[in-house]
Amino acid sequence: MGKTLAEKIWSEHIVSSAAGEPDLLYIDLHLIHEVTSPQAFDGLRLANRRVRRADLTIATEDHNVPTLNIDKPIADPVSKLQVDTLRKNCAEFGVRIHSLGDVDQGIVHVVGPQLGITQPGMTIVCGDSHTSTHGAFGALAFGIGTSEVEHVLATQTLPLLRPKTMAINVDGTLKAGVTSKDIILAVIAKIGTGGGQGYILEYRGSAIRALSMEARMTICNMSIEAGARAGLIAPDQTTFDYVKGKPHAPVGADWDAALAYWQTLTTDSDAKFDKEINLNADELAPFVTWGTNPGQGLPLSASIPNPADFTNTEDRGAAERALEYMDLKPGTPLKSIKVDTVFLGSCTNGRIEDLRSAAEVLKGKKIAASLRLLVVPGSARVRLQAESEGLDKVFLDAGAEWRSAGCSMCLGMNPDQLKPGERAASTSNRNFEGRQGKGGRTHLVSPLVAAATALKGTLASPADL
Amino acid sequence: MEKFIKHTGSALPLRRSNVDTDQIIPAVYLKRITKSGFEDGLFAAWRNDPAFELNQPQYKSATVLVAGPDFGTGSSREHAVWALQNYGFKVVLSSRFADIFRGNSQKAGLLTVILPQEEIEKIWKAVEIKPDTQISVDLEAKTVTYDATTLAFAIDDYTRWRLMEGLDDIGLTFTKIDGVTKFEEKRAAFKPKTLPIR
Repeated sequence: MGKTLAEKIWSEHIVSSAAGEPDLLYIDLHLIHEVTSPQAFDGLRLANRRVRRADLTIATEDHNVPTLNIDKPIADPVSKLQVDTLRKNCAEFGVRIHSLGDVDQGIVHVVGPQLGITQPGMTIVCGDSHTSTHGAFGALAFGIGTSEVEHVLATQTLPLLRPKTMAINVDGTLKAGVTSKDIILAVIAKIGTGGGQGYILEYRGSAIRALSMEARMTICNMSIEAGARAGLIAPDQTTFDYVKGKPHAPVGADWDAALAYWQTLTTDSDAKFDKEINLNADELAPFVTWGTNPGQGLPLSASIPNPADFTNTEDRGAAERALEYMDLKPGTPLKSIKVDTVFLGSCTNGRIEDLRSAAEVLKGKKIAASLRLLVVPGSARVRLQAESEGLDKVFLDAGAEWRSAGCSMCLGMNPDQLKPGERAASTSNRNFEGRQGKGGRTHLVSPLVAAATALKGTLASPADL
Repeated sequence: MEKFIKHTGSALPLRRSNVDTDQIIPAVYLKRITKSGFEDGLFAAWRNDPAFELNQPQYKSATVLVAGPDFGTGSSREHAVWALQNYGFKVVLSSRFADIFRGNSQKAGLLTVILPQEEIEKIWKAVEIKPDTQISVDLEAKTVTYDATTLAFAIDDYTRWRLMEGLDDIGLTFTKIDGVTKFEEKRAAFKPKTLPIR
């Protein structure tokens, strides 16, 4: 029997395996940031260990960094200590770092692909659950905890039990105004936040093939929101074209060898997935979440559900609590919900195509008077690219704030936070209670819906304008 | 890592599903660069509510957390595990754990035990009626015992052995490090390197 793509990459990275033990997997690339690494470096120091492969390791500052006045020292002393600790650790252990102010600084999952160090067939880890983003290149990429960060630093391997595989087949054609964000929100609504637990997801089908690399990254990024540690898409010409010419892409004979290998990275026709899910792209509409987990989502044209209609008691309880937290009543049309803040950014939707599509909607218009729109590019290079295209002017003219790169309001570790009771439409990945600031309320949306919502002041798609 | 053989203690019933790691410890508490002191951030947002279980005196000394399904979803922050441990929890029982949280727990020595949801419901009831109900979690026998009830649970033998011996993975992997070197010798030349900077 043939192998799935995930099984192929897995087998090719097994250093050793034994019955009744996890496989020891080789890690091709280790991405590091300031929040989940300090205790790992401490562990190395305590045990007098070194970083085994600094040349397969790279660090950037993203979670804590301010998006204003980045030329000044970080104001929050605790954030500053964490960032300074990363710089010190990288200097001590010889790890490449892109610090605040560096042209290659940015959200770790935006930086990897743009440097070309994210390539098909690799194993990629990072102490961040959205590492699944890199699966868009046909890489096996997943988030790890700090103990595992230390393990990878010390040994460049991880002991792991092999997950099962699940196919997410998305066939058909997306309607205008429907994006890859809507695909993944629909997937999560369908299988739930625990649906992918224990699986690696492979997104397949004609609708996936038709997506750009950046749109594919948005989908793989949110695999973790369906409970799956990793999600991937088989590489194709779109992938090869994207990687070619990037700073760390192979060149010459290496490119030819790499390409020949990458072209083998597909699920065999006779391979069997442990589970398959089907979605029709023709039927998808812009999606928005109404609750406090990413599975609580509906098409924008729908109304807030009634918890009493949920047959599963856990879902009912979760819906009741979510509506209380979100201050929403059953039956309320989603499009009537008034929004205070729109956040455009994050490792989910902070890349150049996301900014372009939002700018297209905003061009020549003004955002609603009562609302603030925060535009935070995913990396310093995305910011520069946007400025070279004049997108910054479009955003500023519309009344938005144009910020520097970082995770920003996606998780509110820096000063970019919602105030208690404030409601946001956000292109990020998590609508958890307090995720974007204590007491803040989040609706997850695509960049198109974010832009239209900013103009209208209530949840809206460009078609509603 | 401390060895885990058996633990007996009282329990905290947490009747909520989908408790993500942002609830276990919000991001603003993640700025510490040590592995200790995270108990302040444990369930920080909910602790403002006097009715929240953790604020109720009868559950103050609980060391076994009995959680709803899909516990530990979301962010990979191991700080969630440290916050539970720093607070004093030794075991979490749930019908479903998120993969990364479970992995982190097993690395850090917090035992996560999967039981059917109907058994979780029964434990919730028993603890709510009698908060000092003692729950015994025996990793050697792979059982959870309270009152007259004994439940068996499954855990892979390797993880069980490692937790019972209190072994850290890195030390174990170093016993196989020659295999890693051999693997590296065969790696394709076209695989990218972060250094030198290009």
